[in-house]
Amino acid sequence: MERSTIDLWVGIFVVGGIAALMALAMKVGNLTSTNIGSTYTVSAYFENIGGLKPRAPVKSAGVVVGRVSDIAFDDEKKEALVTMNVDTKYHFDRDTNASILTSGLLGEQYIGLEAGGDTEMLKNGDKIKLTQGAVVLEKLISQFLYSKASEGNDKKEDTK
Amino acid sequence: MFDRLIKTVCGIGHRTIDRIIRLGFAARFFLYSLSCSGESIRRFPLVIREIYFTGVLSLIIILVSALFVGMVLGLQGYNTLQRYGSSEAVGVLVALSLVRELGPVVTALLFAGRAGTAITAEIGLMKATEQLSAMEMMAVNPIARVVAPRFWAGVISMPFLAAMFSITGVFGGFLVAVPLIGIDDGAFWSQMQANVDFHEDIVNGVIKSLVFGVACTIIALFEGYDAPPTAEGVSRATTRTVVNSSLAVLGLDFVMTSFMLHGGN
Repeated sequence: MERSTIDLWVGIFVVGGIAALMALAMKVGNLTSTNIGSTYTVSAYFENIGGLKPRAPVKSAGVVVGRVSDIAFDDEKKEALVTMNVDTKYHFDRDTNASILTSGLLGEQYIGLEAGGDTEMLKNGDKIKLTQGAVVLEKLISQFLYSKASEGNDKKEDTK
Repeated sequence: MFDRLIKTVCGIGHRTIDRIIRLGFAARFFLYSLSCSGESIRRFPLVIREIYFTGVLSLIIILVSALFVGMVLGLQGYNTLQRYGSSEAVGVLVALSLVRELGPVVTALLFAGRAGTAITAEIGLMKATEQLSAMEMMAVNPIARVVAPRFWAGVISMPFLAAMFSITGVFGGFLVAVPLIGIDDGAFWSQMQANVDFHEDIVNGVIKSLVFGVACTIIALFEGYDAPPTAEGVSRATTRTVVNSSLAVLGLDFVMTSFMLHGGN
């Protein structure tokens, strides 16, 4: 078996293909940021999760500290149970506040963690007690309209 | 009148049965080439030679069209997105449409036109000039010696070609968006990285291109092997290769996309 120029070209082709795949994974995709080493699991109940999806980021102060691993509906509480994996590098105290936020006006939804003041830290399997669900735009608008309408009524009563 | 009607019905039935027989023969051909592929893996230089002809020589057309496809996506995407004040999302648009759809599909269509036709014409002529029969006379299995290496070469080349198509297209989109239009460099890449998922987008794209590679190559090989041994027969087989591969690619793409999007949510 002899080596030939064809081998060289095929070798370049294969290396180029693998390099393109790597570049796709690293530069275009988010493989680098999803690879969180060891994690611990924390869960929280939310009244409404809006458009939160599994694998959505968990952020604290805007930095990704973990990912949502599972979303389930608790039939007894009638609330959503969100399980998330948080990097073991980061420690959060037990009265951390978890809220579902939206990046930008219409962007994807993520969980924001805000540290509290407790001295004890969250451990694997703990539940976050202080939560705030997603803001539903329709509810917000109806609240706004309702308050506007009642303002109008107040004014009418004043003139009487 | 009645006679003509009977003839028409007979003609339709004849053609239908003919198609079904061809389909069955194609399936048997596919399975037989798979069962012969052990030999072609043992003689890997044969496969490497075919990767050169199907993969390496298709590179130029793939890369040049990818660059233009990416640049056009960048221009069109910017034109629409700037109306909604989110022109930074052009990177996401270019990357997602390339990685999910255009990369595998356009590569497969170009591959069918560039490499598939060559395979069909080559095997059709081999059959017309009785080279395949000559091999059989020498106790060389033509499926194992000629068909299987080309099959594996096509299947191996396709994902690499699609990946290179996607990355070149993203680069083309970058060229239009950042130096030409003036979108912020960091926003372009960070939005792209935030929204392109490795498993859901890139791996699914690779799976698609693998399936397209199998479909395009086996259609090209079968049409060549089944071609009538005449000049006209080979030319018709070449045309059928392009038509059937394109239809198969687009149809399979719809089926796979519907599965993948369901899996994602």
